[in-house]
Amino acid sequence: MLPVNLAIFIPFIAAICIPFMYRRMSRLHLGWFVIAIPAIVFISLLPYIKPVANGETFTYIMNWIPSFDIHLLTYVDGLSVLFGLLITGIGILVTLYSIYYLSKEESLPHFYIYLLLFMGSMLGVVFSDHLIGLYVFWELTSISSFLLIAFWYHRKGSRYGAKKSLLITITGGFAMLIGFIMLHTITDSYSIREIISDVGTYTDHALFIPTMILILLGAFSKSAQFPFHIWLPDAMEAPTPVSAYLHSATMVKAGIYLVARLTPIFASEILWFYLVSGIGLLTLLWGSFTAIRQTDLKALLAYSTVSQLGLIMSLIGVGSLAYYVTDSTAVTLFTQAGFAAVFHLVNHSTFKGALFMVIGIVDFQVGTRDIRRLGGLVSLMPISFTIALIGSFSMAGLPPFNGFLSKEMFFSAMLHVQEANIFTSEALPVLFPVIAWVASLFTFIYCLIIVFKTFFGKIHVDEERIASEPKIGMLVSPAILAMAIVGIFFFPSGLQQNILVPAASSIYPGIDLSHLATPISWWHGWNTEIFMTLGLIVCGTLLYLGLKYFMNVYKLFPTHWSFDTLYNSGLDRLEKSAATVTNTYMTGYLRDYFRYIFIFLIVVTLGVFFYTGAFSFTLENDSPIHAFEWILTTVMIIAAIMILFAKSRLSAILFNGLLGFSIAMFFVLFRAPDLALTQLVIETVTTALFLLCFYFLPAWVGKETDRKLNIPNLIISLGVGATVVLTALSVHNGKLVDSISSFFENADELAGGQNIVNSILADFRAFDTMLEVVVLFIAGIGVYTLVKLKGKKEVDK
Amino acid sequence: METLMIILSGVLVTVATYLILSRNAVRIILGTALLTHASHILLMTMGGFGGTNVPITGENGADYVDALPQALILTSIVISFGVTAFFLVLSYRTYKELGSDDMYILRGRRNE
Amino acid sequence: MRINDVILQSVTKVVVFIIFTLAIYLFVSGHNNPGGGFVSGLILASAFCLLFLAYDTETIRKGIPIDFKVIAASGAFIVVACGLGSVLFGEAFLYQTFTTYTLPLFGETEFATVTIFETGVALAVVGVVVTIILSISEDV
Repeated sequence: MLPVNLAIFIPFIAAICIPFMYRRMSRLHLGWFVIAIPAIVFISLLPYIKPVANGETFTYIMNWIPSFDIHLLTYVDGLSVLFGLLITGIGILVTLYSIYYLSKEESLPHFYIYLLLFMGSMLGVVFSDHLIGLYVFWELTSISSFLLIAFWYHRKGSRYGAKKSLLITITGGFAMLIGFIMLHTITDSYSIREIISDVGTYTDHALFIPTMILILLGAFSKSAQFPFHIWLPDAMEAPTPVSAYLHSATMVKAGIYLVARLTPIFASEILWFYLVSGIGLLTLLWGSFTAIRQTDLKALLAYSTVSQLGLIMSLIGVGSLAYYVTDSTAVTLFTQAGFAAVFHLVNHSTFKGALFMVIGIVDFQVGTRDIRRLGGLVSLMPISFTIALIGSFSMAGLPPFNGFLSKEMFFSAMLHVQEANIFTSEALPVLFPVIAWVASLFTFIYCLIIVFKTFFGKIHVDEERIASEPKIGMLVSPAILAMAIVGIFFFPSGLQQNILVPAASSIYPGIDLSHLATPISWWHGWNTEIFMTLGLIVCGTLLYLGLKYFMNVYKLFPTHWSFDTLYNSGLDRLEKSAATVTNTYMTGYLRDYFRYIFIFLIVVTLGVFFYTGAFSFTLENDSPIHAFEWILTTVMIIAAIMILFAKSRLSAILFNGLLGFSIAMFFVLFRAPDLALTQLVIETVTTALFLLCFYFLPAWVGKETDRKLNIPNLIISLGVGATVVLTALSVHNGKLVDSISSFFENADELAGGQNIVNSILADFRAFDTMLEVVVLFIAGIGVYTLVKLKGKKEVDK
Repeated sequence: METLMIILSGVLVTVATYLILSRNAVRIILGTALLTHASHILLMTMGGFGGTNVPITGENGADYVDALPQALILTSIVISFGVTAFFLVLSYRTYKELGSDDMYILRGRRNE
Repeated sequence: MRINDVILQSVTKVVVFIIFTLAIYLFVSGHNNPGGGFVSGLILASAFCLLFLAYDTETIRKGIPIDFKVIAASGAFIVVACGLGSVLFGEAFLYQTFTTYTLPLFGETEFATVTIFETGVALAVVGVVVTIILSISEDV
């Protein structure tokens, strides 16, 4: 078996290879190379299925930052295998589809690099056991999603959608990171596995609830839960393969994965149930309700994805009650809800993937996906129609498609919520099945819209080209998914035994799940669930026929009170106020920036000094001053002040030279012969350099501005000077550690040199010297290029 | 002695800051040069003036002046030379290209 | 423009050699006495500056056809290679070592890898300083 941590890296490595591959294989579509990658990973994951189904788990570890206990820790269990297979399996189909969807004129290397980047990071998310590793891969999926949405970056909508999705998911991601770090503080571990095995020891911690909320924020924003769902419809600007892959089948399920994965940790707190199932149901209702009014087929599918994600989320929420109840029959019921979540997750990937691909085909062949301009395609595109029909009816929850099975489970889970006995009011548990039914009704209606508005009715003849079936290769992927939809309905047991039950068992470690092994059947007799479905079909059909009247309901909701408006105006205001604030202090004038820096220095340093009372001053430790030093000091102070008042540049430069030579004298007094030598020579060269440039720079004559005393500048300068003096005096009088210089005094034995300074430079601290030489060299190159590199204009002169 | 040196470097820093805050390019460069001098004196002072011998091992006993600040200053001298040269050429080229060495005229425009 | 200052030129001819000698002396003695790569490099550079001042740059460049950019680059290269060299011998980056031999003429002489390092430093300093001065003065 290939270690999973290596499997994660296969897509990344392939992404690096693509630019080199692309040059070589200009004939063949790049997708044919890329399709091998998910296939390899898929095949390498297959051997894990059997052992994992038998309850084995695998861990692999790669050190990353061992000193912070951060590793690339991967963990294989039922849930991660399910997601891994889903990511790579759908990945294969999507890549195949994209080969026909994207022509060779598009910038294919970009597309496939982003796609592989996404694939690798998504695999990283589901296989990471380490919280920090998970977070890193999590953000990488956001970034690759951003890049893919903006793939057609010349479109305004693409850029807008990309930015929106990035802002929302990354903000959620930050919240999640804080949550993870808090979780680490609470439990003192980064490994999810370890945290789960320690469950019960930390639930009383004060940070437990905040941690939960922060992590849920991340999961909800990623999985487009209400009110963060607004990014998903705008993300539909991405190429259709991307929408099918990232924004329905895999990436948006990362949040669900996380919630499912962390359920054992948080489920003992009842708030977890309320938040997850409540937000899930709200999303389900709102998403399906909004989907009906959409006219763009992809937007419709986006809202339907939102609502379906809400459905899965609410199922996990109800499933988490299994940790709360004690009665064993209730535990059985609620673990079935968790199982239903996993099952519907797979089903959703199949039917939504198929639907997206079919809509992509319609868009590709007809040139529009506006349902007002579509119709009557059934005779022109019969195969596409069949697939769309299968996908939609599966989503609507009709037999004989897999959606029916999971929808029935969903209804029964919602009906059983009341058995948890956690509610104080009678009405609350009734609300669950009611909302579920109403939302399913809306789902039924928009499924009908997809099928009937697109494929039946009048053919619109305003299109230039006559629609027809696409190339056969484009139909392969959706057809495979459609077959899976029907196949799962008739033969669910293989999937159930090998993948779904192991996945559910990772949500419920330590709970007996043997009842889940009973084969899924589609007929349970005339129970409440089947009547709910029948009611759905009758009411749904009636409402669809009266859709014109139903649409009036939407007029009740004012358009400018949506979350989209809130997001847009919020972003707009943020940008404007940021610009206002920035423009007030970013004047573009160098002096102002220097002033900020100096004032900051004064305030912070002196502030700390006065706050901590660190200032101290004595004359006791001072060595005596000789006459020569007095003279030199006086000369230097006078020279320095004379620079300020120098009437010409020449005198200023000469005073500067005088200062430099005086310092060389000081070095002599301080018994530093090397320094004195160097300072003398360098001062000579510097002065020569100043004088050289002096030729070319304008004279100071007539510059009234600088000679005048500038009072604010003077105050700042005095402040800086005072800060330096105070700091230096305090430091001088309060030596905290001994000098390390005695070590260097063994230079003769250690470095074979009697000159200690030289030994430090060339041996003990040779690294500094090396970098210094490099810096000097860079400065030299800089000067050379500045002088020699000229604009076109000047060369022409 | 140490106090005197610290005050001297304080004066140099004050003058340097004032020069850096002025509008003329050459004055700013002179300011940076002065700042370097000030920091050298400060470094030297922080090392203390304890020893009596130059830091060269050999016949003269073992009471050496602290060698570490000297090595630091030596590095600093050379780098500051490189930086000063770069600044000078930068302002010289700026003047040739843009016709001014006045920071106020050279300032960036709003919303640029 | 040809500069014709006979006294300066005559003095320069002599003095430059004295300066060169001083630079080489400082370089060689650097490890045990005041001196070293930096100072000798700077002094060499100032000798070149004196030559440029006494004569004009074209004459000097004809007489000493060296590209100082190359000098600077090779100096920086030697310094870095010196560090990498010790890695090849299985030591830490920039590890220096020394040994003493008895040579026929000089008596007991010390050989240190520091000397290679210092050569690099000196070359880099000469190269950079002369490059800076030359590029400014040629840009009239």
